[in-house]
Amino acid sequence: MLINSINFLIRIKKFFMLLIMLTAGISSDVLAEYADVVLNRIADKNDIRPVIFPHWFHRIRFRCKVCHGELGFIMRAGANEMDMGKIIDGQYCGTCHNDNIAWGVENCDLCHSGKPGLKTGIRGSNQTGGPGQW
Amino acid sequence: MKKKYYFYILLLFISLSLQSAEQNWKALSKDGLHDPESPAIGFLQEPSEALSLLPPDYVGNKVSWIRALREQYIEPRTNILPETDIEVLDMDIIMERTGELPMVLFPHKPHTEWLDCNNCHDEIFIKKVDANPVNMFAILSGEYCGRCHGAVAFPLTECNRCHSVIRSTFTGKPGVQPERADRKIKK
Repeated sequence: MLINSINFLIRIKKFFMLLIMLTAGISSDVLAEYADVVLNRIADKNDIRPVIFPHWFHRIRFRCKVCHGELGFIMRAGANEMDMGKIIDGQYCGTCHNDNIAWGVENCDLCHSGKPGLKTGIRGSNQTGGPGQW
Repeated sequence: MKKKYYFYILLLFISLSLQSAEQNWKALSKDGLHDPESPAIGFLQEPSEALSLLPPDYVGNKVSWIRALREQYIEPRTNILPETDIEVLDMDIIMERTGELPMVLFPHKPHTEWLDCNNCHDEIFIKKVDANPVNMFAILSGEYCGRCHGAVAFPLTECNRCHSVIRSTFTGKPGVQPERADRKIKK
């Protein structure tokens, strides 16, 4: 039985080689953590890296209702017209990112950490790349 | 001669196992979004550092966020402003118009533990059973449930998590359930 199956495997050697190459290929396709948001409405235009917002990090610490209720973030990537003026005034991210609850706005690079040229939108492996407007 | 093919098989397993370790959580510098030259790399928490400690799932962030919250692996804040009302609603709704698929059980509880009523009502869903023209095409386009599912909540590849009530074994009435239906079905 075992010998038979090994013989079979020998016959499909090329298939194995292909499979190895394919799996290696697939692993390099996986991007971003699920639900990471790229915010680049105005960052590139102002010569600063786009913002990468990690949902996973924030939801460990806050429930959805905090940002999408109290802070007024619309649940649609790119639909919130925040800018640094509003954030410094304590709106949007500035509710927490004020050196009180979280790091303050002087730490530009910690939020503005994306590759230049990224498009605004929600990301995360192949699972968020559906046919819709995400 | 045969040893050579054992080697190929071994190589396949190594490639698969390396991959699964890497696929769970990509390092920030390799995630395709963060600029590897950004000063933030090295300062920001890596996903694997936090997410590997939480109850596992096989999709999304590879974390069962519902279990993480219920079993108090995490205790995310419910509010920042002291005057905010925190409401959790324990009410199940069964939606019967799902074609050939099992009916959809929508549990308010796990949703309201994370979300506020206003996040869904009345902008995305009217508060009335069967009054919302929900369909999978709209959901896949990012409307209705698709606002979150497929983006930040578990992805739309997980049909059975919503389509969970099998018609032939369900004895109650669709719509608002008198007691929590998921408890009743599990028996």
